[in-house]
Amino acid sequence: MTTASAVSPRAARFAARLKDTEAHLSSVTLPASAAWLMRAREAAMERLKGMGMPEKRDEYWRYTDPARFVSSAPTPAEVFVADDEPVMFGGIERLSLVFVDGVFSPEQSDKIEGEGLEIERLSEAGEADIHWAKDLYGTLEAKAQNPVPRPLAALNTATATDGVLIRVTGRVSRPVSLVYLRSDANAEMVLHHVVRVEEGGEVTLLENGPGAARVSTVLEADLADRATLHHVRAMGRDHQRAGCTHIFARQGAESHFRSFTLSVNGAMVRNEMVVWLEGEGGVVHLAGAAMGDGDFHNDDTIFVTHTAPACESRQVYKKVLYHGAVGVFQGKILVEQSAQLTDGYQKSQALLMDESGQFLAKPELEIHADDVKCSHGSTSGELDEDHLFYLRARGVPEDDAKRLLVTAFLGESLDEIEDHDLANDIRLRLAGWLERHGE
Amino acid sequence: MLEINNLHVELEDEDKAILKGLSLKVEAGKVHAIMGPNGSGKSTLSYVLSGRDGYEVTQGTATLDGQDLLDLEPEERAAAGLFQAFQYPVEIPGVGNMTFLRTAVNSQRKARGEPEMSSGDFLKLVRAKAKELNIDADMLKRPVNVGFSGGEKKRNEILQMSVLEPRMCILDETDSGLDVDAMKLVADGVNALRSEGRSFLVITHYQRLLDHIKPDVVHILADGRIVKTGGPELAIEVETNGYADILAEVAA
Repeated sequence: MTTASAVSPRAARFAARLKDTEAHLSSVTLPASAAWLMRAREAAMERLKGMGMPEKRDEYWRYTDPARFVSSAPTPAEVFVADDEPVMFGGIERLSLVFVDGVFSPEQSDKIEGEGLEIERLSEAGEADIHWAKDLYGTLEAKAQNPVPRPLAALNTATATDGVLIRVTGRVSRPVSLVYLRSDANAEMVLHHVVRVEEGGEVTLLENGPGAARVSTVLEADLADRATLHHVRAMGRDHQRAGCTHIFARQGAESHFRSFTLSVNGAMVRNEMVVWLEGEGGVVHLAGAAMGDGDFHNDDTIFVTHTAPACESRQVYKKVLYHGAVGVFQGKILVEQSAQLTDGYQKSQALLMDESGQFLAKPELEIHADDVKCSHGSTSGELDEDHLFYLRARGVPEDDAKRLLVTAFLGESLDEIEDHDLANDIRLRLAGWLERHGE
Repeated sequence: MLEINNLHVELEDEDKAILKGLSLKVEAGKVHAIMGPNGSGKSTLSYVLSGRDGYEVTQGTATLDGQDLLDLEPEERAAAGLFQAFQYPVEIPGVGNMTFLRTAVNSQRKARGEPEMSSGDFLKLVRAKAKELNIDADMLKRPVNVGFSGGEKKRNEILQMSVLEPRMCILDETDSGLDVDAMKLVADGVNALRSEGRSFLVITHYQRLLDHIKPDVVHILADGRIVKTGGPELAIEVETNGYADILAEVAA
């Protein structure tokens, strides 16, 4: 009998990963923070050291190479000036908070205050050990490390230089609008936001702009019973930027969370969303429209867990890919045994505008309850020739007909935006993009 | 108006000849009917005229008021005044009927160098035409043909025709799948559009549509050629005796 003293290749690889991670993090210093916050950062750092940075070989990174997110410095990205369109959400009365290359700009921002909410910057978070965000910051991120590690989110928790802490106690009519501008080809932006919507509260959170050459954002959202959070995001038109975002949402009974992301251009974007439906009757709708032309890699990775009964979840993701653009969708619905009467729906579709585009999809359903309604569908294909011909036969020129059909294809994801004005703003962006690229 | 001369057409994929020297001439203001047995080339004729991919013209010409149709893109043919009411109108999810129709109207106007129609005028026009065709407002709001019954789809084709006001209308088996009432409604719509400057080519299997849309001239199409041309009585002959007699007579 031999003793099993040899280390398996797998264990050896993992040990090497942790060693690399340790080396990678040795130069990282945690931003000065209030004591409660520093403890959360240190805990995140420990989590990260225990799981290691992501590698291309990881199953969860099978379709997207994390190299650009884990390199010690961002790949430089040319600043793109988009002055041919009106300001995003410009016509909407909002509380605007502006970050330039990840640094808060008081001059360009509104005064940080609002009715029905407490709001402050992370970097100015009070020392008081009874801070409301103390039990949240890093908590949902930590919770999301199971069953799949999300090391980039832990890194964000540890190192975020700023962010916004929002506690909503009533119905807030004026959306909180986070604007991410950029001016530097090498800058990195690492922001971490926490939103707590108290019982019966309602707020709209807007995010827009490219942010920096490399972007990492985490949003931890905690929705109490009957709380509502609307989230609309437009990620800017910069072509070369890289971004990895995480949204973690925990939902109470009869709470509503709707999130829509518009992603056009961008060389490397990974948007992860993790949602837990923990109170009966909670509703979450996640949607995205992505359009890329050429050097474009766009990855939506979603994980929705139904724990409580009678909750509804929808995922509607649409991607339009031109000239070698790559779209990725990994979406999972996990229905736990306790989550009877779950209504789960997932749709991911790509429109390949020529033969060089790629859509990589991994839809998953894991159901442990026996009385549920769950469906998913993933398709990729070209524009329907018969549709195109029909429009042309009625006099619509080919390019216009294609734009009409692409817009129709994306429509289903835009329908998930409840607010008419916000949806209109997004529609205009889509139309503008198609005008410039849709040939 | 429409002049087709010695038209030869093959299926691109199969290298198979479908039309083998088809000639006909539709004068302004006239209604011509084309009848013929299955496989005679009726649908191919309408597809080739509207510019669908997959057909190769190996010989012959087709002109609209002297303009070479075969050289034009489908949208250019439409702007030139050609309209085809399809046998199987497609459903287009996500594209609203009104958006579609308005885009079509204004695209054609733009191509002809005419000013766009205002949304107010457009709305008024469509509502009036829709009412005549018994198309309710709900149908107009829905995506193009999505969830429409067979009859509704055909009525929607005629609605498009009446709003776009083409000068040359091709009706490709518009009667297929219609009950008597629906057919009458469609025929009334077509008849309302008859005018001195507008011509029709009605492609059909059966004579019954021609009871409602009275043709000036009837052609019999067989094996890719017009084998007989006559007045409305020719359609009645087909209805009574079938195609066999005519084909035998031609062959003799």
